[in-house]
Amino acid sequence: MLALGMFVLFAAFPALWMVITVFKSNVDLYNPNHNPFIFNSPPTLQNVEFLFTSTNFTVFLWNSLFIGVFVVGITLLLSVPAAYSLSRLVGRWGERSSIAIFLVYLIPPTLLFIPLYQIVSVLKVANTVWSLILVYPTITIPFCTWLLLGFFKSVPREFEEAALIDGCSRFGAFLRVALPLALPGIATCIVFAFALSLSDYIYAAVFVSTTAARTVSAGVPTELIRGDIYYWQSLMAAAAIVAIPLAVAYGLLFDRLVKGFQGDTADDKTAA
Amino acid sequence: MKRQRPGTLSMHAGVADRDGLLGALMLAPAVIYIFILVAVPFFLAIALSVSDATVGDPRIHHFVGMRNFIRIIHESAFLVGLRNSIIITLVTLLLILVLATAESELLARDFRGKRLVQMFLILPWAMPVSLAAIDWLWFLDSEFSPVDWLLRTAHLLGPGTLLGPANHLYYFGREWLGIGSIITMNVWRLLPFATIIVLAGRTSIPRDIFEQAEIDGAGFFRTLFRITLPALLPILVVASMFTALLVFGDMTVVALSTRGGPGYTTQVLPYWAYLKGIEGGALSEGAAIALFLFPVLLAGAILALRFAYRADSR
Repeated sequence: MLALGMFVLFAAFPALWMVITVFKSNVDLYNPNHNPFIFNSPPTLQNVEFLFTSTNFTVFLWNSLFIGVFVVGITLLLSVPAAYSLSRLVGRWGERSSIAIFLVYLIPPTLLFIPLYQIVSVLKVANTVWSLILVYPTITIPFCTWLLLGFFKSVPREFEEAALIDGCSRFGAFLRVALPLALPGIATCIVFAFALSLSDYIYAAVFVSTTAARTVSAGVPTELIRGDIYYWQSLMAAAAIVAIPLAVAYGLLFDRLVKGFQGDTADDKTAA
Repeated sequence: MKRQRPGTLSMHAGVADRDGLLGALMLAPAVIYIFILVAVPFFLAIALSVSDATVGDPRIHHFVGMRNFIRIIHESAFLVGLRNSIIITLVTLLLILVLATAESELLARDFRGKRLVQMFLILPWAMPVSLAAIDWLWFLDSEFSPVDWLLRTAHLLGPGTLLGPANHLYYFGREWLGIGSIITMNVWRLLPFATIIVLAGRTSIPRDIFEQAEIDGAGFFRTLFRITLPALLPILVVASMFTALLVFGDMTVVALSTRGGPGYTTQVLPYWAYLKGIEGGALSEGAAIALFLFPVLLAGAILALRFAYRADSR
Protein backbone atom coordinates (compact mmCIF):
# COMPACT_ATOMS: atom_id res chain seq x y z
CA MET A 1 0.00 0.00 0.00
CA LEU A 2 2.91 2.32 0.71
CA ALA A 3 4.23 1.78 -2.80
CA LEU A 4 0.82 2.53 -4.27
CA GLY A 5 0.68 5.68 -2.15
CA MET A 6 3.99 6.80 -3.67
CA PHE A 7 2.62 6.34 -7.18
CA VAL A 8 -0.52 8.29 -6.35
CA LEU A 9 1.58 11.04 -4.81
CA PHE A 10 3.83 11.25 -7.87
CA ALA A 11 0.84 11.44 -10.21
CA ALA A 12 -1.23 13.85 -8.12
CA PHE A 13 1.35 16.18 -6.57
CA PRO A 14 1.68 18.68 -9.44
CA ALA A 15 -2.10 18.58 -9.86
CA LEU A 16 -2.59 19.23 -6.16
CA TRP A 17 -0.32 22.26 -6.41
CA MET A 18 -2.37 23.38 -9.42
CA VAL A 19 -5.63 23.22 -7.47
CA ILE A 20 -4.20 24.98 -4.39
CA THR A 21 -2.83 27.78 -6.57
CA VAL A 22 -6.24 28.50 -8.10
CA PHE A 23 -7.61 29.76 -4.81
CA LYS A 24 -4.60 31.73 -3.60
CA SER A 25 -4.45 35.50 -3.46
CA ASN A 26 -1.41 37.32 -4.82
CA VAL A 27 0.00 38.35 -1.42
CA ASP A 28 -0.13 34.75 -0.28
CA LEU A 29 1.21 33.16 -3.45
CA TYR A 30 4.12 35.45 -4.24
CA ASN A 31 5.92 35.20 -0.93
CA PRO A 32 8.68 32.59 -0.99
CA ASN A 33 8.66 32.33 2.81
CA HIS A 34 5.04 31.22 3.00
CA ASN A 35 4.23 27.55 3.31
CA PRO A 36 2.89 27.02 -0.21
CA PHE A 37 0.52 24.23 0.79
CA ILE A 38 -1.68 26.15 3.20
CA PHE A 39 -3.78 29.28 2.80
CA ASN A 40 -1.92 32.04 4.62
CA SER A 41 -4.60 34.45 3.43
CA PRO A 42 -8.22 33.37 3.02
CA PRO A 43 -8.88 31.47 -0.24
CA THR A 44 -10.41 33.50 -3.03
CA LEU A 45 -12.47 32.92 -6.16
CA GLN A 46 -11.20 36.10 -7.84
CA ASN A 47 -8.79 34.23 -10.08
CA VAL A 48 -11.52 32.04 -11.52
CA GLU A 49 -13.65 35.13 -12.02
CA PHE A 50 -10.76 36.87 -13.78
CA LEU A 51 -10.35 33.86 -16.07
CA PHE A 52 -13.95 33.95 -17.22
CA THR A 53 -14.48 37.70 -17.38
CA SER A 54 -11.16 39.25 -18.39
CA THR A 55 -9.58 36.66 -20.67
CA ASN A 56 -10.54 34.87 -23.86
CA PHE A 57 -10.85 31.56 -22.04
CA THR A 58 -14.55 31.25 -22.86
CA VAL A 59 -13.73 31.74 -26.55
CA PHE A 60 -11.17 28.91 -26.35
CA LEU A 61 -13.62 26.68 -24.51
CA TRP A 62 -16.32 27.31 -27.08
CA ASN A 63 -13.92 26.60 -29.97
CA SER A 64 -12.72 23.38 -28.36
CA LEU A 65 -16.30 22.29 -27.81
CA PHE A 66 -17.30 23.14 -31.38
CA ILE A 67 -14.29 21.31 -32.84
CA GLY A 68 -14.81 18.38 -30.49
CA VAL A 69 -18.43 17.84 -31.55
CA PHE A 70 -17.51 17.77 -35.25
CA VAL A 71 -14.50 15.54 -34.69
CA VAL A 72 -16.57 13.07 -32.67
CA GLY A 73 -19.17 13.02 -35.47
CA ILE A 74 -16.66 12.41 -38.26
CA THR A 75 -14.82 9.83 -36.19
CA LEU A 76 -17.91 7.78 -35.39
CA LEU A 77 -19.17 7.95 -38.95
CA LEU A 78 -15.92 6.54 -40.30
CA SER A 79 -14.51 4.32 -37.57
CA VAL A 80 -17.63 2.40 -36.52
CA PRO A 81 -18.16 0.84 -39.98
CA ALA A 82 -14.41 0.37 -40.41
CA ALA A 83 -14.07 -1.48 -37.11
CA TYR A 84 -17.06 -3.69 -37.86
CA SER A 85 -15.68 -4.46 -41.29
CA LEU A 86 -12.29 -5.42 -39.85
CA SER A 87 -13.79 -7.58 -37.14
CA ARG A 88 -16.26 -9.51 -39.32
CA LEU A 89 -16.05 -9.01 -43.03
CA VAL A 90 -12.54 -8.91 -44.40
CA GLY A 91 -11.07 -12.08 -42.98
CA ARG A 92 -8.43 -12.97 -40.46
CA TRP A 93 -5.95 -10.20 -41.22
CA GLY A 94 -8.62 -7.66 -40.35
CA GLU A 95 -9.15 -9.13 -36.92
CA ARG A 96 -5.44 -9.13 -36.23
CA SER A 97 -4.73 -5.64 -37.48
CA SER A 98 -5.57 -3.85 -34.25
CA ILE A 99 -2.02 -3.14 -33.13
CA ALA A 100 -1.10 -1.90 -36.60
CA ILE A 101 -4.06 0.48 -36.46
CA PHE A 102 -2.92 1.72 -33.08
CA LEU A 103 0.44 2.52 -34.62
CA VAL A 104 -1.20 4.97 -37.03
CA TYR A 105 -2.47 6.80 -33.95
CA LEU A 106 1.13 7.02 -32.75
CA ILE A 107 2.55 8.65 -35.89
CA PRO A 108 4.02 11.82 -34.43
CA PRO A 109 2.20 15.00 -35.51
CA THR A 110 5.63 16.60 -35.55
CA LEU A 111 6.45 14.51 -38.62
CA LEU A 112 3.38 15.72 -40.51
CA PHE A 113 2.64 19.24 -39.34
CA ILE A 114 4.68 21.06 -41.98
CA PRO A 115 3.07 19.41 -45.03
CA LEU A 116 -0.34 19.49 -43.33
CA TYR A 117 0.15 23.21 -42.78
CA GLN A 118 0.60 23.55 -46.54
CA ILE A 119 -2.48 21.44 -47.21
CA VAL A 120 -4.71 23.51 -44.94
CA SER A 121 -3.27 26.68 -46.53
CA VAL A 122 -4.11 25.40 -50.01
CA LEU A 123 -7.61 24.48 -48.86
CA LYS A 124 -7.93 28.01 -47.44
CA VAL A 125 -8.96 26.79 -44.00
CA ALA A 126 -5.78 27.87 -42.18
CA ASN A 127 -6.52 30.10 -39.20
CA THR A 128 -10.02 28.71 -38.80
CA VAL A 129 -11.41 25.95 -36.61
CA TRP A 130 -12.13 23.96 -39.79
CA SER A 131 -8.43 23.23 -40.29
CA LEU A 132 -8.43 21.41 -36.96
CA ILE A 133 -11.76 19.69 -37.60
CA LEU A 134 -10.23 18.36 -40.81
CA VAL A 135 -6.98 17.14 -39.28
CA TYR A 136 -7.95 15.79 -35.84
CA PRO A 137 -9.76 12.73 -37.23
CA THR A 138 -6.34 11.50 -38.39
CA ILE A 139 -5.63 11.03 -34.67
CA THR A 140 -9.07 9.93 -33.49
CA ILE A 141 -10.05 7.53 -36.30
CA PRO A 142 -7.15 5.11 -35.68
CA PHE A 143 -7.61 5.26 -31.92
CA CYS A 144 -11.37 4.70 -32.03
CA THR A 145 -11.20 2.04 -34.73
CA TRP A 146 -8.72 0.18 -32.53
CA LEU A 147 -10.98 0.52 -29.50
CA LEU A 148 -14.11 -0.55 -31.40
CA LEU A 149 -12.39 -3.46 -33.08
CA GLY A 150 -11.84 -4.93 -29.63
CA PHE A 151 -15.47 -4.32 -28.85
CA PHE A 152 -16.91 -5.95 -31.93
CA LYS A 153 -14.63 -8.92 -31.43
CA SER A 154 -16.15 -9.43 -27.98
CA VAL A 155 -19.71 -9.43 -29.38
CA PRO A 156 -20.60 -13.08 -30.04
CA ARG A 157 -21.09 -13.77 -33.77
CA GLU A 158 -24.08 -15.99 -32.99
CA PHE A 159 -26.38 -13.01 -32.46
CA GLU A 160 -25.76 -11.68 -35.95
CA GLU A 161 -25.90 -15.13 -37.48
CA ALA A 162 -29.31 -15.63 -35.91
CA ALA A 163 -30.42 -12.33 -37.45
CA LEU A 164 -29.07 -13.40 -40.86
CA ILE A 165 -31.04 -16.64 -40.71
CA ASP A 166 -34.13 -14.63 -39.81
CA GLY A 167 -33.80 -12.81 -43.10
CA CYS A 168 -31.77 -9.76 -42.16
CA SER A 169 -29.15 -8.56 -44.64
CA ARG A 170 -25.58 -8.43 -43.40
CA PHE A 171 -25.77 -4.64 -43.24
CA GLY A 172 -29.08 -4.93 -41.41
CA ALA A 173 -27.50 -7.30 -38.91
CA PHE A 174 -24.76 -4.72 -38.34
CA LEU A 175 -27.28 -1.92 -37.80
CA ARG A 176 -29.83 -3.78 -35.73
CA VAL A 177 -27.78 -6.32 -33.81
CA ALA A 178 -24.07 -5.51 -33.60
CA LEU A 179 -24.41 -1.74 -33.25
CA PRO A 180 -26.72 -1.77 -30.21
CA LEU A 181 -24.47 -4.34 -28.54
CA ALA A 182 -21.44 -2.12 -29.15
CA LEU A 183 -23.05 0.97 -27.62
CA PRO A 184 -20.76 1.00 -24.55
CA GLY A 185 -17.82 0.93 -26.95
CA ILE A 186 -19.27 3.78 -28.97
CA ALA A 187 -19.76 5.80 -25.78
CA THR A 188 -16.10 5.19 -24.90
CA CYS A 189 -15.14 6.39 -28.38
CA ILE A 190 -17.09 9.59 -27.94
CA VAL A 191 -15.18 10.35 -24.75
CA PHE A 192 -11.79 9.63 -26.27
CA ALA A 193 -12.39 11.32 -29.62
CA PHE A 194 -13.43 14.43 -27.73
CA ALA A 195 -10.51 14.24 -25.29
CA LEU A 196 -7.95 13.65 -28.04
CA SER A 197 -9.23 16.59 -30.07
CA LEU A 198 -8.99 18.71 -26.93
CA SER A 199 -5.45 17.59 -26.15
CA ASP A 200 -3.62 18.46 -29.33
CA TYR A 201 -1.22 21.36 -29.09
CA ILE A 202 1.00 21.16 -32.16
CA TYR A 203 -1.59 21.40 -34.93
CA ALA A 204 -3.55 24.00 -33.00
CA ALA A 205 -0.45 26.14 -32.47
CA VAL A 206 0.76 25.81 -36.08
CA PHE A 207 -2.49 26.14 -38.04
CA VAL A 208 -4.22 28.83 -36.02
CA SER A 209 -2.82 32.19 -34.98
CA THR A 210 -5.94 34.28 -34.42
CA THR A 211 -7.53 34.47 -31.01
CA ALA A 212 -11.00 33.88 -32.39
CA ALA A 213 -10.15 30.36 -33.59
CA ARG A 214 -7.83 29.22 -30.81
CA THR A 215 -8.50 26.10 -28.75
CA VAL A 216 -8.02 25.62 -25.02
CA SER A 217 -4.80 23.64 -25.53
CA ALA A 218 -3.13 26.32 -27.65
CA GLY A 219 -4.91 29.39 -26.36
CA VAL A 220 -4.20 29.01 -22.65
CA PRO A 221 -0.40 28.72 -22.93
CA THR A 222 -0.06 31.37 -25.63
CA GLU A 223 -2.54 34.04 -24.63
CA LEU A 224 -2.82 33.77 -20.86
CA ILE A 225 0.88 34.48 -20.68
CA ARG A 226 1.42 38.09 -21.71
CA GLY A 227 5.06 38.67 -22.49
CA ASP A 228 6.76 37.82 -19.26
CA ILE A 229 3.68 38.15 -17.11
CA TYR A 230 2.20 34.84 -16.04
CA TYR A 231 -1.27 34.92 -14.52
CA TRP A 232 -0.48 31.77 -12.60
CA GLN A 233 -3.69 31.39 -10.65
CA SER A 234 -5.85 31.84 -13.73
CA LEU A 235 -3.56 29.60 -15.77
CA MET A 236 -3.92 26.88 -13.16
CA ALA A 237 -7.68 27.44 -13.02
CA ALA A 238 -7.89 26.96 -16.79
CA ALA A 239 -5.81 23.78 -16.57
CA ALA A 240 -7.81 22.39 -13.64
CA ILE A 241 -11.19 23.07 -15.24
CA VAL A 242 -10.15 20.97 -18.23
CA ALA A 243 -8.04 18.34 -16.45
CA ILE A 244 -10.30 17.23 -13.62
CA PRO A 245 -13.33 16.17 -15.69
CA LEU A 246 -10.97 14.40 -18.10
CA ALA A 247 -9.24 12.56 -15.25
CA VAL A 248 -12.60 11.39 -13.91
CA ALA A 249 -13.71 10.20 -17.34
CA TYR A 250 -10.43 8.44 -18.08
CA GLY A 251 -10.40 6.93 -14.59
CA LEU A 252 -13.85 5.44 -15.11
CA LEU A 253 -12.72 4.00 -18.45
CA PHE A 254 -9.42 2.66 -17.07
CA ASP A 255 -10.44 -1.01 -17.13
CA ARG A 256 -11.91 -0.68 -20.59
CA LEU A 257 -8.60 0.61 -21.93
CA VAL A 258 -6.78 -2.29 -20.33
CA LYS A 259 -9.21 -4.64 -22.10
CA GLY A 260 -8.52 -2.90 -25.38
CA PHE A 261 -4.86 -3.89 -25.23
CA GLN A 262 -5.71 -7.27 -23.80
CA GLY A 263 -7.49 -8.24 -27.01
CA ASP A 264 -4.13 -8.38 -28.76
CA THR A 265 -2.31 -10.51 -26.25
CA ALA A 266 -5.22 -12.85 -25.59
CA ASP A 267 -5.46 -13.48 -29.34
CA ASP A 268 -1.82 -14.30 -29.45
CA LYS A 269 -2.15 -16.91 -26.78
CA THR A 270 -4.98 -18.79 -28.40
CA ALA A 271 -3.45 -18.66 -31.86
CA ALA A 272 0.14 -19.42 -30.91
CA MET B 1 -34.45 -16.76 -48.11
CA LYS B 2 -37.65 -14.83 -48.35
CA ARG B 3 -36.20 -11.32 -48.50
CA GLN B 4 -35.01 -11.73 -52.10
CA ARG B 5 -37.43 -9.67 -54.06
CA PRO B 6 -37.03 -8.28 -57.58
CA GLY B 7 -36.09 -4.69 -58.35
CA THR B 8 -33.73 -2.21 -56.76
CA LEU B 9 -34.22 -3.66 -53.34
CA SER B 10 -32.59 -6.94 -54.24
CA MET B 11 -29.66 -5.02 -55.77
CA HIS B 12 -29.34 -3.24 -52.46
CA ALA B 13 -29.61 -6.45 -50.52
CA GLY B 14 -27.01 -7.95 -52.83
CA VAL B 15 -24.35 -5.44 -51.83
CA ALA B 16 -25.44 -5.58 -48.22
CA ASP B 17 -25.02 -9.35 -48.24
CA ARG B 18 -21.71 -9.96 -49.92
CA ASP B 19 -19.35 -9.82 -46.96
CA GLY B 20 -16.19 -9.03 -48.86
CA LEU B 21 -17.67 -6.18 -50.90
CA LEU B 22 -19.62 -4.75 -47.99
CA GLY B 23 -16.48 -5.02 -45.85
CA ALA B 24 -14.48 -3.05 -48.39
CA LEU B 25 -17.20 -0.41 -48.68
CA MET B 26 -17.41 0.03 -44.93
CA LEU B 27 -13.66 0.20 -44.52
CA ALA B 28 -12.94 2.48 -47.46
CA PRO B 29 -14.01 5.89 -46.06
CA ALA B 30 -11.73 5.59 -43.03
CA VAL B 31 -8.82 4.30 -45.11
CA ILE B 32 -9.21 7.05 -47.70
CA TYR B 33 -9.40 9.75 -45.02
CA ILE B 34 -6.24 8.46 -43.36
CA PHE B 35 -4.50 8.03 -46.70
CA ILE B 36 -5.19 11.60 -47.80
CA LEU B 37 -4.30 13.24 -44.50
CA VAL B 38 -1.52 10.96 -43.23
CA ALA B 39 0.12 9.12 -46.12
CA VAL B 40 -0.01 12.04 -48.59
CA PRO B 41 1.48 14.55 -46.11
CA PHE B 42 4.14 12.01 -45.29
CA PHE B 43 5.26 11.81 -48.92
CA LEU B 44 4.89 15.56 -49.17
CA ALA B 45 7.30 15.84 -46.22
CA ILE B 46 9.85 13.79 -48.14
CA ALA B 47 9.34 15.94 -51.24
CA LEU B 48 9.68 19.11 -49.17
CA SER B 49 12.88 17.94 -47.57
CA VAL B 50 14.60 17.75 -50.97
CA SER B 51 13.22 21.09 -52.18
CA ASP B 52 13.86 24.73 -51.37
CA ALA B 53 10.34 25.65 -50.28
CA THR B 54 9.81 28.40 -47.74
CA VAL B 55 6.73 29.88 -46.07
CA GLY B 56 6.99 32.78 -48.53
CA ASP B 57 7.23 30.49 -51.56
CA PRO B 58 5.82 27.12 -50.51
CA ARG B 59 5.85 25.53 -53.98
CA ILE B 60 7.97 22.44 -54.43
CA HIS B 61 9.59 23.09 -57.79
CA HIS B 62 13.33 23.00 -57.20
CA PHE B 63 14.96 19.71 -56.48
CA VAL B 64 17.99 20.38 -54.32
CA GLY B 65 18.95 16.82 -53.40
CA MET B 66 20.48 16.29 -50.01
CA ARG B 67 21.36 19.96 -49.53
CA ASN B 68 18.91 20.55 -46.67
CA PHE B 69 20.10 17.46 -44.84
CA ILE B 70 23.75 18.40 -45.26
CA ARG B 71 23.06 21.91 -44.05
CA ILE B 72 21.12 20.89 -40.96
CA ILE B 73 23.56 18.26 -39.73
CA HIS B 74 26.30 20.87 -39.71
CA GLU B 75 24.43 23.02 -37.23
CA SER B 76 25.35 22.43 -33.63
CA ALA B 77 21.78 23.13 -32.50
CA PHE B 78 20.66 20.15 -34.55
CA LEU B 79 23.35 17.90 -33.11
CA VAL B 80 22.51 18.94 -29.56
CA GLY B 81 18.82 18.39 -30.36
CA LEU B 82 19.53 14.92 -31.71
CA ARG B 83 21.62 14.08 -28.65
CA ASN B 84 18.92 15.36 -26.28
CA SER B 85 16.12 13.58 -28.13
CA ILE B 86 17.98 10.29 -27.82
CA ILE B 87 18.97 10.79 -24.16
CA ILE B 88 15.50 11.96 -23.13
CA THR B 89 13.81 9.08 -24.96
CA LEU B 90 16.11 6.38 -23.58
CA VAL B 91 16.11 7.54 -19.96
CA THR B 92 12.34 8.15 -19.97
CA LEU B 93 11.83 4.71 -21.44
CA LEU B 94 14.02 2.99 -18.87
CA LEU B 95 12.29 4.70 -15.95
CA ILE B 96 8.83 4.06 -17.37
CA LEU B 97 9.52 0.36 -17.93
CA VAL B 98 10.55 -0.17 -14.31
CA LEU B 99 7.78 2.00 -12.87
CA ALA B 100 5.04 0.67 -15.15
CA THR B 101 5.92 -2.93 -14.29
CA ALA B 102 5.79 -2.09 -10.59
CA GLU B 103 2.58 -0.10 -10.90
CA SER B 104 0.82 -2.79 -12.92
CA GLU B 105 1.86 -5.35 -10.29
CA LEU B 106 0.11 -3.18 -7.68
CA LEU B 107 -2.98 -2.66 -9.81
CA ALA B 108 -3.34 -6.32 -10.74
CA ARG B 109 -5.23 -7.07 -7.53
CA ASP B 110 -8.47 -5.62 -6.24
CA PHE B 111 -8.66 -3.31 -3.27
CA ARG B 112 -11.05 -0.77 -1.79
CA GLY B 113 -11.07 2.61 -3.45
CA LYS B 114 -9.46 1.28 -6.63
CA ARG B 115 -11.56 3.54 -8.88
CA LEU B 116 -10.41 6.64 -7.05
CA VAL B 117 -6.79 5.51 -7.19
CA GLN B 118 -7.17 4.87 -10.92
CA MET B 119 -8.47 8.41 -11.42
CA PHE B 120 -5.46 9.90 -9.65
CA LEU B 121 -3.03 7.66 -11.47
CA ILE B 122 -4.44 8.34 -14.92
CA LEU B 123 -4.73 12.11 -14.43
CA PRO B 124 -1.33 12.97 -15.95
CA TRP B 125 -2.23 11.21 -19.18
CA ALA B 126 -5.79 12.57 -19.26
CA MET B 127 -4.56 16.16 -19.10
CA PRO B 128 -3.89 17.89 -22.41
CA VAL B 129 -0.09 17.93 -22.80
CA SER B 130 0.14 21.69 -23.09
CA LEU B 131 -1.79 22.24 -19.87
CA ALA B 132 0.30 19.59 -18.12
CA ALA B 133 3.43 21.42 -19.27
CA ILE B 134 2.06 24.69 -17.87
CA ASP B 135 1.28 22.94 -14.60
CA TRP B 136 4.88 21.73 -14.38
CA LEU B 137 6.25 25.11 -15.42
CA TRP B 138 4.62 26.54 -12.33
CA PHE B 139 5.40 23.49 -10.17
CA LEU B 140 9.10 23.95 -10.96
CA ASP B 141 8.99 27.75 -11.05
CA SER B 142 12.34 29.46 -10.56
CA GLU B 143 11.15 31.41 -7.53
CA PHE B 144 7.99 29.89 -6.12
CA SER B 145 8.39 26.17 -6.72
CA PRO B 146 6.87 24.20 -3.84
CA VAL B 147 9.58 21.60 -4.46
CA ASP B 148 12.23 24.19 -3.67
CA TRP B 149 10.27 25.14 -0.57
CA LEU B 150 10.14 21.52 0.61
CA LEU B 151 13.89 21.16 0.01
CA ARG B 152 14.57 24.41 1.91
CA THR B 153 12.34 23.30 4.77
CA ALA B 154 14.22 19.99 4.90
CA HIS B 155 17.49 22.01 4.95
CA LEU B 156 18.69 20.51 1.71
CA LEU B 157 18.61 23.74 -0.28
CA GLY B 158 19.80 27.25 0.55
CA PRO B 159 23.03 28.81 1.89
CA GLY B 160 25.30 26.27 3.55
CA THR B 161 23.34 23.17 2.53
CA LEU B 162 23.85 20.14 0.34
CA LEU B 163 22.25 21.51 -2.82
CA GLY B 164 24.12 24.74 -2.86
CA PRO B 165 24.18 28.31 -1.78
CA ALA B 166 21.25 29.55 -3.89
CA ASN B 167 17.72 29.44 -2.54
CA HIS B 168 16.39 28.01 -5.79
CA LEU B 169 17.40 25.23 -8.14
CA TYR B 170 16.29 26.96 -11.40
CA TYR B 171 15.05 23.74 -12.95
CA PHE B 172 14.65 25.12 -16.45
CA GLY B 173 17.67 27.38 -16.34
CA ARG B 174 20.48 24.84 -16.49
CA GLU B 175 21.35 22.31 -19.14
CA TRP B 176 21.23 18.99 -17.26
CA LEU B 177 18.66 20.05 -14.71
CA GLY B 178 16.50 21.16 -17.64
CA ILE B 179 16.93 17.82 -19.39
CA GLY B 180 16.17 16.07 -16.10
CA SER B 181 13.01 18.13 -15.71
CA ILE B 182 11.91 17.27 -19.25
CA ILE B 183 12.49 13.58 -18.52
CA THR B 184 10.51 13.85 -15.28
CA MET B 185 7.60 15.50 -17.09
CA ASN B 186 7.61 12.80 -19.76
CA VAL B 187 7.72 9.98 -17.22
CA TRP B 188 4.91 11.66 -15.32
CA ARG B 189 2.59 12.11 -18.28
CA LEU B 190 3.23 8.75 -19.99
CA LEU B 191 3.47 6.39 -17.03
CA PRO B 192 -0.32 5.84 -16.93
CA PHE B 193 -0.34 4.94 -20.62
CA ALA B 194 2.49 2.42 -20.27
CA THR B 195 0.95 1.00 -17.11
CA ILE B 196 -2.33 0.31 -18.91
CA ILE B 197 -0.51 -1.61 -21.64
CA VAL B 198 1.59 -3.63 -19.18
CA LEU B 199 -1.44 -4.26 -17.01
CA ALA B 200 -3.23 -5.73 -20.03
CA GLY B 201 -0.38 -8.22 -20.37
CA ARG B 202 -0.19 -8.83 -16.63
CA THR B 203 -3.85 -9.69 -16.19
CA SER B 204 -3.84 -12.12 -19.09
CA ILE B 205 -1.21 -14.32 -17.42
CA PRO B 206 -3.23 -17.31 -16.14
CA ARG B 207 -3.76 -17.09 -12.40
CA ASP B 208 -2.94 -20.75 -11.70
CA ILE B 209 0.69 -20.20 -12.71
CA PHE B 210 1.09 -17.83 -9.76
CA GLU B 211 -0.76 -20.20 -7.45
CA GLN B 212 1.50 -23.05 -8.50
CA ALA B 213 4.58 -20.90 -7.86
CA GLU B 214 3.29 -20.08 -4.40
CA ILE B 215 2.71 -23.76 -3.63
CA ASP B 216 6.25 -24.50 -4.81
CA GLY B 217 7.47 -21.93 -2.29
CA ALA B 218 8.81 -19.35 -4.76
CA GLY B 219 9.42 -15.95 -3.16
CA PHE B 220 8.33 -12.58 -4.55
CA PHE B 221 11.48 -11.90 -6.56
CA ARG B 222 11.75 -15.44 -7.83
CA THR B 223 8.17 -15.25 -9.08
CA LEU B 224 8.87 -11.83 -10.60
CA PHE B 225 11.98 -12.85 -12.51
CA ARG B 226 11.03 -16.42 -13.38
CA ILE B 227 7.34 -16.02 -14.21
CA THR B 228 6.00 -12.48 -14.43
CA LEU B 229 8.76 -10.77 -16.42
CA PRO B 230 9.25 -13.51 -19.05
CA ALA B 231 5.49 -13.65 -19.58
CA LEU B 232 5.36 -9.87 -19.84
CA LEU B 233 8.24 -9.57 -22.27
CA PRO B 234 6.23 -9.23 -25.51
CA ILE B 235 3.90 -6.61 -24.05
CA LEU B 236 6.85 -4.74 -22.51
CA VAL B 237 8.36 -4.49 -25.99
CA VAL B 238 5.13 -3.02 -27.31
CA ALA B 239 4.85 -0.62 -24.36
CA SER B 240 8.43 0.56 -24.92
CA MET B 241 7.90 1.16 -28.59
CA PHE B 242 4.72 3.14 -28.07
CA THR B 243 6.21 5.16 -25.24
CA ALA B 244 9.37 5.86 -27.24
CA LEU B 245 7.28 7.14 -30.15
CA LEU B 246 5.29 9.45 -27.91
CA VAL B 247 8.42 10.86 -26.25
CA PHE B 248 10.59 11.14 -29.36
CA GLY B 249 7.84 12.78 -31.38
CA ASP B 250 6.71 15.28 -28.78
CA MET B 251 7.64 18.95 -28.86
CA THR B 252 4.99 20.37 -26.55
CA VAL B 253 6.79 19.70 -23.27
CA VAL B 254 9.99 21.39 -24.43
CA ALA B 255 8.22 24.18 -26.33
CA LEU B 256 6.36 25.27 -23.21
CA SER B 257 8.94 24.63 -20.50
CA THR B 258 12.60 25.27 -21.36
CA ARG B 259 11.94 26.41 -24.94
CA GLY B 260 15.14 24.58 -25.77
CA GLY B 261 17.18 26.93 -23.60
CA PRO B 262 19.41 28.08 -22.11
CA GLY B 263 20.86 28.65 -25.56
CA TYR B 264 19.91 25.46 -27.35
CA THR B 265 21.23 23.11 -24.66
CA THR B 266 17.85 21.45 -24.04
CA GLN B 267 16.69 21.54 -27.66
CA VAL B 268 14.99 18.47 -29.12
CA LEU B 269 14.45 17.52 -32.77
CA PRO B 270 10.68 18.08 -33.10
CA TYR B 271 10.87 21.55 -31.58
CA TRP B 272 13.89 22.42 -33.67
CA ALA B 273 11.91 21.36 -36.75
CA TYR B 274 9.10 23.65 -35.64
CA LEU B 275 11.40 26.61 -35.01
CA LYS B 276 13.15 26.16 -38.36
CA GLY B 277 10.17 25.23 -40.47
CA ILE B 278 7.36 27.41 -39.13
CA GLU B 279 8.88 30.22 -37.07
CA GLY B 280 11.96 30.51 -39.28
CA GLY B 281 9.99 29.97 -42.47
CA ALA B 282 12.35 27.36 -43.95
CA LEU B 283 9.69 24.70 -44.64
CA SER B 284 12.12 22.43 -46.47
CA GLU B 285 14.68 22.38 -43.67
CA GLY B 286 11.97 21.89 -41.06
CA ALA B 287 10.62 18.92 -42.98
CA ALA B 288 14.14 17.48 -43.30
CA ILE B 289 14.65 17.72 -39.53
CA ALA B 290 11.26 16.14 -38.83
CA LEU B 291 12.15 13.22 -41.09
CA PHE B 292 14.81 12.20 -38.60
CA LEU B 293 11.87 10.95 -36.54
CA PHE B 294 11.09 8.43 -39.23
CA PRO B 295 13.56 5.64 -38.34
CA VAL B 296 12.02 5.40 -34.88
CA LEU B 297 8.58 5.22 -36.40
CA LEU B 298 9.68 2.56 -38.85
CA ALA B 299 11.14 0.41 -36.08
CA GLY B 300 7.85 0.77 -34.25
CA ALA B 301 5.87 -0.27 -37.31
CA ILE B 302 7.95 -3.37 -37.98
CA LEU B 303 7.76 -4.44 -34.37
CA ALA B 304 4.03 -3.87 -34.08
CA LEU B 305 3.32 -5.76 -37.28
CA ARG B 306 5.46 -8.68 -36.20
CA PHE B 307 3.68 -8.71 -32.89
CA ALA B 308 0.28 -8.62 -34.54
CA TYR B 309 0.84 -11.23 -37.22
CA ARG B 310 3.47 -13.54 -35.80
CA ALA B 311 0.87 -16.16 -34.92
CA ASP B 312 0.25 -16.60 -38.65
CA SER B 313 3.87 -17.30 -39.44
CA ARG B 314 4.21 -20.05 -36.86
